[in-house]
Amino acid sequence: MTQTVSRPVGAHEPLPLDVEAIRADFPILTRTVRDGKRLVYLDSGATSQKPRSVLDAERWFYENVNAAPHRGAHALAEEATGAYEAARATIGGFLGAPDREIVFTRNATEAINLVAYALSNAATAKEEEFRTYAVGQGDEIVVTEMEHHANLVPWQQLCERTGATLRWLGLTDDGRLDLSDLSTVVNERTKLVAVTQQSNILGTINPLGDIVARAHEVGALVLVDGAQSVPHQPVDVTELGADFLVFSGHKMLGPTGVGVLWGRYEVLDKLPPFLTGGSMIEVVRMEASTFAAPPQRFEAGVPMTAQVIGLAAAVEYLQGLGMERVEEHEKALTGYALAKLAEIPGVTVIGPPDTVARGGAVSFTVEGIHPHDVGQVLDDSGIAVRVGHHCAWPVVRRYGVPATTRATFYVHTGYDDIDALADGIRAAQKFFGTV
Amino acid sequence: MQLEAMYQEIILDHYKNPHGRGLREPFEAEVHHVNPTCGDEVTLRLHLEGDTVADVSYEGMGCSISQASISAMYDLVLGKSVHEALGAGEDFMTLMQAKGDPAVAEKLEDSLEDAVAFAGVSKYPARIKCALMSWMALKDASARALATTTPGGTA
Repeated sequence: MTQTVSRPVGAHEPLPLDVEAIRADFPILTRTVRDGKRLVYLDSGATSQKPRSVLDAERWFYENVNAAPHRGAHALAEEATGAYEAARATIGGFLGAPDREIVFTRNATEAINLVAYALSNAATAKEEEFRTYAVGQGDEIVVTEMEHHANLVPWQQLCERTGATLRWLGLTDDGRLDLSDLSTVVNERTKLVAVTQQSNILGTINPLGDIVARAHEVGALVLVDGAQSVPHQPVDVTELGADFLVFSGHKMLGPTGVGVLWGRYEVLDKLPPFLTGGSMIEVVRMEASTFAAPPQRFEAGVPMTAQVIGLAAAVEYLQGLGMERVEEHEKALTGYALAKLAEIPGVTVIGPPDTVARGGAVSFTVEGIHPHDVGQVLDDSGIAVRVGHHCAWPVVRRYGVPATTRATFYVHTGYDDIDALADGIRAAQKFFGTV
Repeated sequence: MQLEAMYQEIILDHYKNPHGRGLREPFEAEVHHVNPTCGDEVTLRLHLEGDTVADVSYEGMGCSISQASISAMYDLVLGKSVHEALGAGEDFMTLMQAKGDPAVAEKLEDSLEDAVAFAGVSKYPARIKCALMSWMALKDASARALATTTPGGTA
């Protein structure tokens, strides 16, 4: 299966990160799959693998500190609360945000739903200040055609609940947002603009500055889906200028079951709760209750404490590598992958063709072979990729393909993984007799 | 390589040269089935003469397994009674649940003909739904066709 192909310029340049040293931190990368093949994990965009320090942090919590935070006054409860809040500070620091603007959710999806439900709950809130951002008939919510279903369906549902209208920005043929009608789509009726920072299927990094400026010009809120950006590039909420940022822990080396909603405090403070119950309250009487200040207002029930602590360990791991270097590393890999794929006849990349304003999600089609079948042949060589519509069905429809094969990279990805991918694609072409 | 175990020659033949493809008249029922996790789609029409499957016509897009499965199903059910066709569907479901057990495939060889070649798919849980999509569409179409053609029939 090994082929002699000329390496593109730059391929031999050392990668910014020490891939071998990093791989040694990830226990799962020592296992083999499909009869002893090395695991080539190119599906970090779906979920990332976890370094030992993250696994150790969760185990440390359960073995030494486990108690419900913000409840009780015993020694363990105090220590658990301390660890939980220290993790909040670590994660806030990672984003350049004060602790009180960090809300823990189950994942990015839940964080988006939290905001969407808060905006519809606002219409019927009895407290006047909670009605500040109410969405109703005549209002508009703006999304883009490249959103993950998680940043599309909750807004469709918000519009159905409230009678608001959903509008969207389209895409250009080369996988960019079409901003030519930005000033008409985002207008005085717009209440919120929800946009991804980095597309999970096209890899596109969006020009958020223009969008945020226009939205704020008309008094609309901006929610940024950072599920594919926060793990892969430096993100500072002050520079971002948006009102909300959401992301999932499991895509950034952290555990499943924990996500983050960052919200500008003045905005969070005027939002009614989404989920209600224990620990999000101020005073509870049989007739009615009042609510705690953010972030507690949005953290009903005993939180996912061990996962939050695991996520803080993941953040520390990424900080140890340096997010600028993580970004450069993936940029080098993306450039290499785009060049390698361009050498294979019949392979078409769906998304920006170069590394300008582009992250490391590389989606492609192979002429004459359905993505499922491409994925199956790759899997036979131990290569894990994602196939299908990647929870962004409107995107594949926009580009006239039923599905794509997607490779995504992370800190442990090396040139050898991409060479394996290219060899695997050629093997698929040979197997299905398309070349 | 384990690939050949799943992609039997017979499957690749059906994929490259599908039998009975295209939508035709007449028909008593038309159904559209999708596989929401991967986006595979099939539109299937069923034409009955009495209780005999006179035609199954279809258009679809999807992977080799899903497309070859429709083609093999077409060959198998044409000319059979609806009851026999649905029985074959039950057998195919049994094959898909066999986790690659060759004894199950051997037992079903006579009833499933070419479709027994999909036995290898049952070792890959993620692909079973690809192979089953066409059979689910046929089952749905049969119920609808019987409801429209049988006086007082129930779907």
